[in-house]
Amino acid sequence: MSSKNIKTISNPKLKLEVLTQDDVKKIHEATLQIIEKVGVRFPSKRALEIWEANGADVNHEKKIVRVKPHIIEDALKKAPPVYKLAARDPQQDLQLDGNHVHLGTDGCGVEVIDINTGEKRTSCLQDVRDIVRIADATEEVAFHWVPVSAQDTPAEARGLHEIKAVWENSTKHVQSESIYNVDEAKAAIEMAALIVGGKDKLRERPVLSLMQCTAPPLGHDGGSLDAALLAAEVGIPTGFMTMAACATTGPTTMAGNLAVGNAEVIAGTALLQLAYPGAPAFYAAAQTASDLRTGAYTGGGPEDFLFGAATNILADFYNIPLSMGAFATGAKEPNWQAGLEGALSSFMASVVMSDMLLGCGFLHGSRIWSYAEMLMDCEIFSIVHKMMAGIEVNDETLALDAIAAVGPGGHYLAQKHTRNHMRELFMPKFMDRRPYSEWETKKDDARDWALAKARKTLKEHQPDPLDEKISTEMERIIKSVEK
Amino acid sequence: MSEELYKQMAQSIIDGDSDISVELAKKSIELNMHPLETITKGFVVGVNYIGDQFGLGEAFLPELVMAGEAMKAAIAVLEPELLKLGEAREMLGRVVLATVEGDIHEIGKTLVGTMLSASGFEVVDLGVDQPADKIIGKALEINADIIGMSALLTTTMVRQREVIEELDKEGLRPRIKVMVGGAPITRDWVTKIKADGYSEDAIGAVRIAKELVGKADS
Repeated sequence: MSSKNIKTISNPKLKLEVLTQDDVKKIHEATLQIIEKVGVRFPSKRALEIWEANGADVNHEKKIVRVKPHIIEDALKKAPPVYKLAARDPQQDLQLDGNHVHLGTDGCGVEVIDINTGEKRTSCLQDVRDIVRIADATEEVAFHWVPVSAQDTPAEARGLHEIKAVWENSTKHVQSESIYNVDEAKAAIEMAALIVGGKDKLRERPVLSLMQCTAPPLGHDGGSLDAALLAAEVGIPTGFMTMAACATTGPTTMAGNLAVGNAEVIAGTALLQLAYPGAPAFYAAAQTASDLRTGAYTGGGPEDFLFGAATNILADFYNIPLSMGAFATGAKEPNWQAGLEGALSSFMASVVMSDMLLGCGFLHGSRIWSYAEMLMDCEIFSIVHKMMAGIEVNDETLALDAIAAVGPGGHYLAQKHTRNHMRELFMPKFMDRRPYSEWETKKDDARDWALAKARKTLKEHQPDPLDEKISTEMERIIKSVEK
Repeated sequence: MSEELYKQMAQSIIDGDSDISVELAKKSIELNMHPLETITKGFVVGVNYIGDQFGLGEAFLPELVMAGEAMKAAIAVLEPELLKLGEAREMLGRVVLATVEGDIHEIGKTLVGTMLSASGFEVVDLGVDQPADKIIGKALEINADIIGMSALLTTTMVRQREVIEELDKEGLRPRIKVMVGGAPITRDWVTKIKADGYSEDAIGAVRIAKELVGKADS
């Protein structure tokens, strides 16, 4: 379990075309029309100045930018199609090259189901450490989002306490979605530089990436934009994530929702390329449908699954990697709904080869962390991983020699061919395939086993420590940001 | 004649058509109909119908919002007439709404505002990124019964507590009640900051607001 191996989907055998090239072209053209005619809000002085210098029509009072299509299209062409997310341990670097799907933990939760007591409570810094340590031990989790909010740390430096906790408890890449102002972004860059031995090394070895949420419909957050620009300047991969929700923050129809979200993301990405051509950027999305009864964010459901399958086709069209939201569920505990939504969303986003797949571990619309859910989501990812390998057909897999040896009747259990290939069959960790009578005596299930596994891992797994001098220096940087 | 007009008024609300509700409100003024009766016998009937349908699971949130906006538009036409007569529509209470300082997320708050005004509250929505003194200042200015605050980020929701502490310091509670909301808001947080109420959605927010002003639905 504590191997450094990372299980990642590559060389897919399955394909799904949820949008035709003609559909993509229509969405792209609609997007350009939205950016040119309706505009996108960029509430950042710096962003507005960049737009103005590049020929956009800028309304400074409303902070709305309208941009001609060719400016957007030319800027997007400068984004690198392939780059890597570096890890503290280089053997865990992740290639973003269109041929890999890497799983991350979900992020920004506000409550945790306590691993010992089972009680739901407010999340804190120790939770970040514990979750990250368990994720470090799994082979499914390839990189971290900051899983939950460290609410016992000062708000103005919270994002920094969180990434420090990740680096101290894992050698894998960290993508923070909680650094959204200039002060924290500057400090985070300094902290990342400590790990790789200098700010100038970050472009080659970005051990940190930043994900910024847009403010749909058709808006950005000022602090997020300024933080993104700082990151882009030093080569830290940066993505804008739309979470446009049908019927509230986006049009009810899915095509319109894709266009609105696309306008937010590509306008933000174009801004980064205008400021720093060639800066590593990624597309990020977690669109959903609103609940028609309450207007609430749903997380899960067939619209989510379709968005998951559609968005990488858009990201491919722009030739940039995608970070796609999956595994979202409205379920309040790990149950039928959670399993169903996790399975279908992760499958649909993986089958189109979304580069980064977020993320395992949450219940109740990405609010409540569950350790059991986390490891069961990892198992779902493993199943998808197996399915994506498809069915190999050749002389060896057609097994004609073994078939002849067994003949009609008999069995394959004693065949060498069986021994050679049996480990290719999927071995579940948490699926119940026991005799009924055995279940009857215990009446336990996946949730119990996953939780037990999480407890055991937390107790036993020791990640490679971060150099104490680096920790101390990070602490000093964080202190300088705290009021 | 007026019976037929009342029916059309109710229907304009049910259809969520602000153009027609405004037109009918203007027509009622031309016909010298009493504005208060126009509201209660005409438009309110439509609002109640949609509310009932929603309760039965037959209507959805967009229909409620559109009805609320059509209602607001009609009232805006009739309110000056009421003032001329020295009368006022009965209000359930006055509410100041805002998204706290440092936070620009407002869809939930806006939705709460629409639902509250459609339900008979007078609502002043200050918008996003509002510091404590602005929120409290406005509450004092309009003699508000309730302050409602929204936050989407764990880093900004701490501002909700600051406003409550400031209100306590000024001795303004329990006269002014405080409601909070937003995706990261949990019951634990509400208890911790000693807010008076919270809801996870806009429909629930109306119920809480009614309770806070002592006018809960029986």
